[in-house]
Amino acid sequence: MATNDNQPDVKIVNKRHNPTVAALLSIIPGFGQVYNKRYWKGATLFILFAAFVGVMYGFIADGLQGLITLGETPRDDDSRIFLSYGILSLIFLAFFITFYVINIIDAHKDAKRIQLGWEVPGLKEGFKNAWDTGFPYYLVAPGLFLLIFVVIFPLLFMVFLAFTNYNLYNAPPRNLLEWVGFDNFVRLFTINEWRNTFINVLSWTLIWTFVATTLQIGLALFLAIIVNDKRVKGKRLIRTVFILPWAVPAFVTIIIFSALFNDNFGAINRDIIIPLFGTGIPWMSDPFWAKVALIMIQTWLGFPFVFALFTGVLQSISADWYEAADIDGANRWQKFSNITFPHVMFATAPLLIMQYAGNFNNFNIIYLFNQGGPPVRGQVAGGTDILISWVYGLTFENQQFNMAAAISIILGLIVVVFAFFQFRRTRSFKEEGNI
Amino acid sequence: MSTAVKKKKPMSKKRKNFLELTAIYSVVAVMFVIILYPLLWAFGLSLNPGTSLYGARMIPENWSFVHYEWLFTDPRSNYVTWYKNTLIVALSTSFFATLMVSLVAYAFSRYRFIGRKNGLYAFLLLQMFPVLMAMVALYILLNLVGLLDSLLGLIIIYVGGAIPMNAFLVKGYFDTIPRELDESARIDGAGHFRVFFQIMLPLAKPILAVVALFNFMAPFMDFILPRIVLRSPENFTLALGLFNFVNDQFANNFTRFAAGAILIAVPIALVYLFLQRYLISGLTSGATKG
Repeated sequence: MATNDNQPDVKIVNKRHNPTVAALLSIIPGFGQVYNKRYWKGATLFILFAAFVGVMYGFIADGLQGLITLGETPRDDDSRIFLSYGILSLIFLAFFITFYVINIIDAHKDAKRIQLGWEVPGLKEGFKNAWDTGFPYYLVAPGLFLLIFVVIFPLLFMVFLAFTNYNLYNAPPRNLLEWVGFDNFVRLFTINEWRNTFINVLSWTLIWTFVATTLQIGLALFLAIIVNDKRVKGKRLIRTVFILPWAVPAFVTIIIFSALFNDNFGAINRDIIIPLFGTGIPWMSDPFWAKVALIMIQTWLGFPFVFALFTGVLQSISADWYEAADIDGANRWQKFSNITFPHVMFATAPLLIMQYAGNFNNFNIIYLFNQGGPPVRGQVAGGTDILISWVYGLTFENQQFNMAAAISIILGLIVVVFAFFQFRRTRSFKEEGNI
Repeated sequence: MSTAVKKKKPMSKKRKNFLELTAIYSVVAVMFVIILYPLLWAFGLSLNPGTSLYGARMIPENWSFVHYEWLFTDPRSNYVTWYKNTLIVALSTSFFATLMVSLVAYAFSRYRFIGRKNGLYAFLLLQMFPVLMAMVALYILLNLVGLLDSLLGLIIIYVGGAIPMNAFLVKGYFDTIPRELDESARIDGAGHFRVFFQIMLPLAKPILAVVALFNFMAPFMDFILPRIVLRSPENFTLALGLFNFVNDQFANNFTRFAAGAILIAVPIALVYLFLQRYLISGLTSGATKG
């Protein structure tokens, strides 16, 4: 914060030192720094940039070229390799441009400071400065490197795939890929089979996210409040048992449930439904009942974590609030809606939003329960497929990579909207670093 | 009149009290049954001597540990290998993810640098994207670089995918550590790394433990990434291996799956139950203050 004092009475000491000249000279990296009489820095920059250009120029030029053509001779050229080298080239180019711009800004800034009578530091001090200002970048670098290759690079790859014709019948290395523009999206929205499937899957995804998450939050809130009642004994035991579904690995319990719900010999039909109602419910083979079962299972799986969160918050609400409310003659509902509910929601809102986001992409339960089934006539997805499990099916079962990527992009756009809500809630940005 | 009211009130209050408590306890009892039934059922099944789901009973007439024995002694069983693989993946993921995440979080919490704010936005955004969304690309890419069907490929993806979400959590915690502490250390001449290793890391132990634990647990629970990355049975992790027990012929190996699942569910559940308070307070402090 202290750097921001722009006092009006600054005096220009070195009139003949011109920042614009420094910036212009920096078009060849390092020259601006030499003009600023920082010879070592200039030389280092020049050598680094020259080395980068020398080594990478060929790679980047070929990469971008390949990105446009995606290969020329079928069988010899693997379009996927061209695509990945192209994306790598783009990433390297982005880095190069960033550093290039920083180099120009740096020369301009130094020149301005020299103009105001700043003494150019010696070699040793210069090194120390570079270490200090660069330190956060060294800290972030390894993580950033990994992030780029594991998260950003694949995401970019997927975005590019959505504009190609990569599917089972046109797969490298046998065939070459081609850019097809927005064809995949157009197909998704104009061909009946795709459009109907997409609308069905999307609406079920939204219903699923909303109903399952809200149910698990509602149940958790209800249980947390009744267990938190002063008169209830054995709280420790009750809470421990209520946490159990969270503690047991989800893939284990989902598989157990899918056996329990099995149409023919699952315990739920055999031991509960058939004795009570005479006929079993087709949990696995009817889309509607499969959805009901999924929502029930997700409530079972998801409420304990929220329950534990809420319990923590409830215990931290000061008893004074309730005493004051008692004195004012508030009834139970008023106490709940004016004290308990706002407290709980304020403290846990970001995590609750994450619960919604988590269920939106809850691949595990959909896939493990029924592999997205049962199949539905005239539709390219199963009856309980949500967007992400549909993408999985398209990729690994039908090898429709282009359509899977196009749907992933739409999925990503929805996620961005989710993220926007999260942004507005986060206080992180008000806390600024100070070094 | 007034005495009658006085007499009636405590009676009804007591009655109301009793009714309410009964209601609460019955809700709790119903929940107990709903929660425990599937878990006990799985345990019961694992003791059935047969392998099919059809003939299996929750309380078997002649119970036995044959499935547990099979997992450890039968030459066709890869269970021990899977356990070893999972441990390798879990330990390395946990260590490298915690290291990288704390470095990144330290930079974002204590330094001001160009790109800081955009970096934070990027993390927030990226933590919403599941790694799974890029699975098309991950599959093709790992195939290209030859890391398909290797534990190393799996570890790299886990560590990279863990950064955005966990860095945010740890950054939130670092922010709560008073700046005066590291500023005074700096004045006393401590360098960047000294402040990091001797002041920040020891003070942030609780959240680092949470991050390490979560990343240690993830490979035990996750089955979809291993399914994409790993191909040969001797490279499987536990979750994937067990899934294949039931996936191959659903009704045939369910009891064996149940036995193998109990053996990983019990230790994991115990760890969670013992550390739940720790885990949840770590998560809430990271999320609300982050």
